[in-house]
Amino acid sequence: MPRITYIEHDGTEHTVEVGNGLSVMEGARDNDIPGIEADCGGACACATCHVYVDPSWIGKIPAKDDAEADMLDFAAAPTSGASRLACQIRVGDHLDGLIVRMPETQG
Amino acid sequence: MSRVVIIGAGQAGASLAIKLRGLGHEGPITLIGSEEALPYQRPPLSKKYLLGEMEVERLHLRPRSFYEERRIELRPGVAVTSIDRAGKTVTLDDGTSLPYDQLALTTGAEPLRLPARLGGELPGTYTVRTLRDVDAMAPEFVEGRRVLIVGGGYIGLEAAAVAASRGLQVTLVEMAERILQRVAAPETSTYFRELHRGHGVDIREGVGVASLAGEGRVATAALSDGTTLATDFVVVGVGVRPATGLAEAAGLAIENGIRVDAHGRTTDPSIFAAGDCTSFPYRGQRVRLESVPNAIDQAEAAAASMLGSGKDYEARPWFWSDQYDVKLQIAGLNAGYDRTVVRPGARAGALSVWYYRGSELLAVDAMNDPRSYMTGKRWIEGGFSPPPAVVGDPQCDLKTLAAPGSPGAVPATPRGG
Repeated sequence: MPRITYIEHDGTEHTVEVGNGLSVMEGARDNDIPGIEADCGGACACATCHVYVDPSWIGKIPAKDDAEADMLDFAAAPTSGASRLACQIRVGDHLDGLIVRMPETQG
Repeated sequence: MSRVVIIGAGQAGASLAIKLRGLGHEGPITLIGSEEALPYQRPPLSKKYLLGEMEVERLHLRPRSFYEERRIELRPGVAVTSIDRAGKTVTLDDGTSLPYDQLALTTGAEPLRLPARLGGELPGTYTVRTLRDVDAMAPEFVEGRRVLIVGGGYIGLEAAAVAASRGLQVTLVEMAERILQRVAAPETSTYFRELHRGHGVDIREGVGVASLAGEGRVATAALSDGTTLATDFVVVGVGVRPATGLAEAAGLAIENGIRVDAHGRTTDPSIFAAGDCTSFPYRGQRVRLESVPNAIDQAEAAAASMLGSGKDYEARPWFWSDQYDVKLQIAGLNAGYDRTVVRPGARAGALSVWYYRGSELLAVDAMNDPRSYMTGKRWIEGGFSPPPAVVGDPQCDLKTLAAPGSPGAVPATPRGG
């Protein structure tokens, strides 16, 4: 299974296995990793699963759609390029080793 | 160590249990649910799950191992029949009883049905609340079949969207003058009426169901305008009532739901409640919300209170709905509004409706317009009300209004309160 590293805002790292087909948000949720809220359960409705994708991975993830881009544009502390909603990133073997960082707040 | 029993294994019950452990509670936690399934998300039931685009495993809030590892004991498929407050025990329908030191009621809400005497319990008539409800109706969603949807609230409209998307012939009746009348302004109703009509849904407003009939299963509906409609099945989405039966029988105060204070405490100091089944203080009123975000936040606040570390719960209401390719996001509560401002969005088909009482911004409905939703939500939570004329001017950039240094630069409210 692909391994994903989640880094909390305080630097705490969690590396966990996430099943193919799940989202990066679901991987955090199922492993009880703090810093990702995901109130809407993955419907791209709440922007509380905001993560910063490690620079080395930005180009390897499918681009965001308009809705996700707009949500992120108005989220707390977005960074263009790196900011994504974790619920919109589907895990597959191509993401083995992915690193994402969580913001200070999900707003 | 305090023994906690939670009645109701939906979103609020699961969130409460998980939060208790997260906050360091080490005593036993038992989560009792009348349904067989692991605790799951309900919102996708009338959306992606019914469309067949989401597997059942992904509905689960957490995998089974999560509860085992945290010693959260799940008791699925069991109903509580009574609460003995003096003896601090609950009795289950399998004849056993469980002692508690603290009890939480997260019993949710029950869908209203059409009365049996009007044919409301004929086979082929469905409500939309549980996984079982939706699994039962899903095989009916076959291209070309006719469905009658009773009720033009969000559940009815979402079911209509799924049915129309799958090629069914859809008729939706709404007894009130317009769809969404109870929850939204006429502008929002108009947006969704046009959306559904564009997908071929026959929306009839100001029309109710007088009765359903059929031999062995529903086949026709007599409508209040005197017409009769042939149909293959019926989906009823006419609202819910809070599940307060147990609380009421136990003598707890009920006021449009189980009455709780800002700490989630009922009128018994050992009994807490959260989610759709409760009414609670919000900005000087008492409200009851039917929403997942509230279920999560209120349950987490109640968990903290149960451990003695609670702060006053300040709800930050928001809601969403998915219909066809439209995502509706709502921030705030519009109750008591006296004017609305409509703002066209930056993208095609995007629109937002802003609700004001006097000069105070109360709520925003944002259709395919996450910018308006995100900005409006922050403003409402931060107590900032932009002048209506500014919001209504499509040339005025929301981002500029909310930029650092400007009056609308309200910081995001930290979570966890």
